[in-house]
Amino acid sequence: MKEGLLIQSPVALLRVDRRLPALLLVLLLFNLAAIVLNVQQGEYAIATIDIIKTLLGIDTGNPDHAFIIYTLRLPRTLVACLVGITLALSGAIFQGLSRNPLADPSIIGINAGASLLAVSVIILFPSAPVYILPIAAFVGAALVSILIYSLAWKSGSSPTLLILIGIGLSAIATAFTSLMITFGSIYDVSQALVWLAGSVYGRSWEQFFPFLPWVILGVPIALSLSRHLNVLNLGDDIAKGLGSRVEWERGFLVLVAVALGGSAVATAGSISFVGLIAPHIGRQLVGANHQNLLPVTALLGGLLVTLADFIGRILFAPIELPCGVVTAAIGAPFFLYLLVRKRF
Amino acid sequence: MTSIRLNSLSRSKQSLWLGLIIGSIVLLICLIYSIMLGARDIPLRIILESFTAFDRSFDHLVIQTVRLPRSLMAITVGAALAVSGALMQGLTRNPLAETGILGIESGGALAVVATLFLFGSSSVSVYASMAFLGAAIAAVSVYFLGTLGRGGATPLNLTVAGAAMTAFISSITTAILIVSQRTLEEIRFWLAGSLAGRDFDLFLQVLPFIVMGLLLAFLLGKQITTLNLGEDVAKTLGQKTTTVKLLAAISVVLLAGGSVAIAGPVGFVGLVVPHMVRFFIKTDYRWILPYSAIVGAILLIISDIATRVLLKPQELPLGVMTALVGAPVFVYLVKSKVKR
Repeated sequence: MKEGLLIQSPVALLRVDRRLPALLLVLLLFNLAAIVLNVQQGEYAIATIDIIKTLLGIDTGNPDHAFIIYTLRLPRTLVACLVGITLALSGAIFQGLSRNPLADPSIIGINAGASLLAVSVIILFPSAPVYILPIAAFVGAALVSILIYSLAWKSGSSPTLLILIGIGLSAIATAFTSLMITFGSIYDVSQALVWLAGSVYGRSWEQFFPFLPWVILGVPIALSLSRHLNVLNLGDDIAKGLGSRVEWERGFLVLVAVALGGSAVATAGSISFVGLIAPHIGRQLVGANHQNLLPVTALLGGLLVTLADFIGRILFAPIELPCGVVTAAIGAPFFLYLLVRKRF
Repeated sequence: MTSIRLNSLSRSKQSLWLGLIIGSIVLLICLIYSIMLGARDIPLRIILESFTAFDRSFDHLVIQTVRLPRSLMAITVGAALAVSGALMQGLTRNPLAETGILGIESGGALAVVATLFLFGSSSVSVYASMAFLGAAIAAVSVYFLGTLGRGGATPLNLTVAGAAMTAFISSITTAILIVSQRTLEEIRFWLAGSLAGRDFDLFLQVLPFIVMGLLLAFLLGKQITTLNLGEDVAKTLGQKTTTVKLLAAISVVLLAGGSVAIAGPVGFVGLVVPHMVRFFIKTDYRWILPYSAIVGAILLIISDIATRVLLKPQELPLGVMTALVGAPVFVYLVKSKVKR
């Protein structure tokens, strides 16, 4: 089973795809289109031209437009897109490191750890400022990663073990989280449920700006490490043979992935399966070379979450479904499909 | 995991019966403590009086209408979950099999939430039958999907299929709860798995199904023992394996669906208890199953007492309690039992 679970990455394929710039451009345009679509639609539809005008600072003659776009829809849409980017990158890094195509941070318990600490902060220290949340989530995610690493990964990095241990740790963290939310008032619990399910509902600049530094720092670092990820993906022995400082590089990559995933969870709750779906679609498009895969995956993740948020908003309007519910409803069957297709 | 050790056969029948009797006595003591302890402790003398000379005093009413029903539910749910776990572990030869992990409980939960959402809370009987239906559908789907993976119904495939199924089902449950605030209010404590303020009529309605499930499981003990040696061996020994599997699956659905209807999803009891029992009885399911029933009942009633006593007067959800105890055991089992 062990060798069957490897992601095949023949060395011959390890060069930058020539189609990459064009592909990235197309994905970027898709992302922009999704963002515009998400800002446009809602209980009060706004014409595309008015959105573009407002964003460029041209007066559209309707003061409502600026309020709806700048205060309500744009921040949440941008949060959705950035959360998608970070979650997808985090998933791709974990999959590459563990050489396990099912290692989504939401499945192996890392998101559950982040959720637990963030929820604890919300309930135990209600007056804590918003920028504390990403830090708390980061600590939670890091703790779970250390546990997973010491329990499953270190001893021969068996992919089987990793997932099962992750499921167990996830259950522990989730139990503590339930414990926390059982004691809240019904209003807080209702909010917490929306948050836990993964949602960008009501996210404003207040959440966007504490999240932004993590993205601005994390994404370029992750992309710049893609070559190291390629080498580590070949296996510890080969990586060592190629002169790689395996433990140090792996530790740094885990740190980056945890920071990306943790800050996303702190901003929007656990939006599950994005870190699973985006890298898989990415691999279909550009193969297993992380230098191609990481940027493509990031943009796919942004697109995915923005569209999931859009679907969640219009499906049962005026009631909103959290985008995490939408991604789980799509992602879980996809996960089962991967299991059944014996692709690993 | 399937090493055949026959030392259970060398253990005399007398000592096994003795163990069951001792277990029952421990259970009885726990039951008495469960009635005694709570937000307000009630001495044993008054408990006995409430049975012999019921005088409608406050304590007597608390005992007869709150504590006793709740304790009986704890015993029933604990026994049902533990036996269903033992059955599934024997049937699938998977040390991690359990109704919670394999998504069967979340299937029952979704069915109940959906029923509540569509028909309101008035229809108690629909509520119970939907839990059975949901559990059955989830069980069949997870088993089917698990067998499709590489190498068939291996522990990894089943567990991972169960986890994905749980994620899928809970996303739909969450969606319903968000769309309908009313459903959320009625059900949120139930969803965390709890025995507080449960409907005793519902319990009485579900009880016959659970008893049927338990009896069916005990009758299948010998067949499961044989089946646990491997399907080929069982076939060679002349067993109709398909029939046995089908009957065992019916029993699992009766037990899991029934306990979900009563207590909501209470995880990890079905996982932990059979392993505890197997410390003493290795392979003989004729004894593993009844022992699991008693140990499960004891474990759940103790957990239920703990939910009431630990943070008095605040009450913890039972499902959280069992997960806190059970999930570390799960991690330990993965470390020690899963072959790579």
